[in-house]
Amino acid sequence: MSSTVQPTKPWKASTKDRLVDFGIFFGSLVSAYLIVEVTPMKGKLALFSVFFLMYMALTASLKGVTRGSAAAKDALVNSIVAIGAIVTVIPIASILFTVLQKGLPGIKLNIFTHDMSMATPTDPISNGGLLHAITGTLTLVALALILSVPIGILTALYLTEIKGRFTGPIRFLVQAMSGVPSIVAGLFILSAILYPITKSYSGFMGALALTILMIPTIARTSEEVLTLIPNDLREAGVALGGTQWRTVAMIVLPAAKSGLITAVILGVARIAGETAPILLLTGGGDKVNPNAFNGPMGSLPYYIWKSFNAGSPEAITRAWAGLLVLVGLVLILFTSARYLGSRKGAK
Amino acid sequence: MTTVVPPGPRELTTEPRRSDKIFRAVVTAGGISSLAILGLIAIFLGYRGFEVLRQEGFGFITKSDWSISTDDAGNVIESNFGLAAMLVGTILCSLVAVVIALPISVFSALFLNFYAPGWLKKFLVAIIDMMAAFPSILFGIWGFLVLMPSVEYWAKLLHRYLGWLPVFDMQVPVYTRSPFVAGVVLAIMIIPIITSVSREVFSQAPLDRIQAAYALGATRWAMIKAVVIPHGRSGVIGGAMLGLGRAMGETVAVFTVLNIVFQINWHVLLGAGGNVASLIILKFGDASPYEIKALMAAGLVLFLLTLVVNAIANVIVKRTGKSGR
Repeated sequence: MSSTVQPTKPWKASTKDRLVDFGIFFGSLVSAYLIVEVTPMKGKLALFSVFFLMYMALTASLKGVTRGSAAAKDALVNSIVAIGAIVTVIPIASILFTVLQKGLPGIKLNIFTHDMSMATPTDPISNGGLLHAITGTLTLVALALILSVPIGILTALYLTEIKGRFTGPIRFLVQAMSGVPSIVAGLFILSAILYPITKSYSGFMGALALTILMIPTIARTSEEVLTLIPNDLREAGVALGGTQWRTVAMIVLPAAKSGLITAVILGVARIAGETAPILLLTGGGDKVNPNAFNGPMGSLPYYIWKSFNAGSPEAITRAWAGLLVLVGLVLILFTSARYLGSRKGAK
Repeated sequence: MTTVVPPGPRELTTEPRRSDKIFRAVVTAGGISSLAILGLIAIFLGYRGFEVLRQEGFGFITKSDWSISTDDAGNVIESNFGLAAMLVGTILCSLVAVVIALPISVFSALFLNFYAPGWLKKFLVAIIDMMAAFPSILFGIWGFLVLMPSVEYWAKLLHRYLGWLPVFDMQVPVYTRSPFVAGVVLAIMIIPIITSVSREVFSQAPLDRIQAAYALGATRWAMIKAVVIPHGRSGVIGGAMLGLGRAMGETVAVFTVLNIVFQINWHVLLGAGGNVASLIILKFGDASPYEIKALMAAGLVLFLLTLVVNAIANVIVKRTGKSGR
């Protein structure tokens, strides 16, 4: 005969505790409903706030009666902190829900195969589409990637591997740069390159502005990743007779690969929906334009902006459909960045 | 017998190889280029805006008209450029945003660090980080079409019950497209930033002190009050300033929501306001070359403003991280 001893968990909520919790929850719900019915207050906002106040008061007074004033304060803060988290999540849920609800009616097959060269935003959805916007956004992102990845990663390498004289100022300025408003980046390209040199809108100008916005994200995330690489690896490389160049290229960078990819993806997610510089610099064409250096180029933010400002119901539906595509793109990028980032931790 | 010639002494040198020299040069150039970009931004915006700045002098930030008249040939007859209304609007909107966002973010950061069970924490952190990557145009359109009716209702409540406060006072009942609405949208945009900075700062609170507080029989709140808040206070302030900087530079979301009026307006609930960044978008479309220069000068003012706010914020956040009292 063998008997297994059940481990006791004295901190676990007993059935009685749960019943009390449920009772308080239910009680405050009912009383909130009654109070809202009786008094002239009405609406969801009133119901919600009265319910919350009732819940707070009930839990706090119960704890106060059974366990004293310190516990009552604790219970009060418990509720307040939870409400903070709930209020943070509500807008996200609302945004995702609205984009899905309003965007889905505008998602038809034809919008992925047509551009707007033969249609205006106020036409029915079956005319035209956002092919030019998708190709435009992809072109802009690809160009910005080509320009910003080397600079971003080199900056991170300078901060972690070389640690030269400028380490302090560069780290400080890269952080300050991540706060540069996107419109300022747009104005800078406008004043430094577009007006004096090229004198015409093109996708490349937009990509330059996006590069400025993307460098700090990539540099900061890569720096974090590179500082996590253990120094043993670097020392092992040098001890085997490798030069610093070979140590970094053959050991440090491969070890940090997935983290660096995460950094790049986060950078892309940051700029994919950037609107202000695009409005200033790309000219926003309605046709698929494969040449980023010549002629106006459409993009998803510009398309959304134009459709939204056109104002008719069809145009608004177009804008929501564009937003849905854009949000989908950002979410895919972001999820893959997180996936890669978490895999790095597991290894 | 063959004589063994002993090998001569190896040459030891600290001189880096040529490949290393090239490597170091390339990496240093890359690192300095981001430094150069920031400098170039200031130089070019200043250079383009110089003419306007010189003509307007201090009036550029103290006056509030924005008008230009040209003759048929495109020559400027008269121009008045003043940013005062836009600067006031920028500060007003971003302050409203920070005032709303700060308590919510701090509470949710506390919840994430000390209250939420593991699975919920992971889930919420992923969601809040994701929100930080949402495009600003999404917040703008959502704020305009979905959020505005509710916020107008809240504004009416505020006016009715708190109207005796000078900020909530208003003569003309126009609640639509007010700085308050823009502030609420901006608050939602900066909550993820302030939350993640606060979470980071709170998680650095020394574990031994947390455990000591619990061992002395402190409740969770007593522990937070005694250990976490003193440790993280200045970090949270830095996070709030990062959010402030972000809110000041926000363009599209504010432009979509706010009714831009060139008059200084301190009443948050009144549907008239401004924002330097949206001014640039508003006037850019049909601006004459001279007005473009004025916009560049406005961009320079905005750039310097956000740079200062961000720099202070970063210094504060960094100092907390290091001290670890």
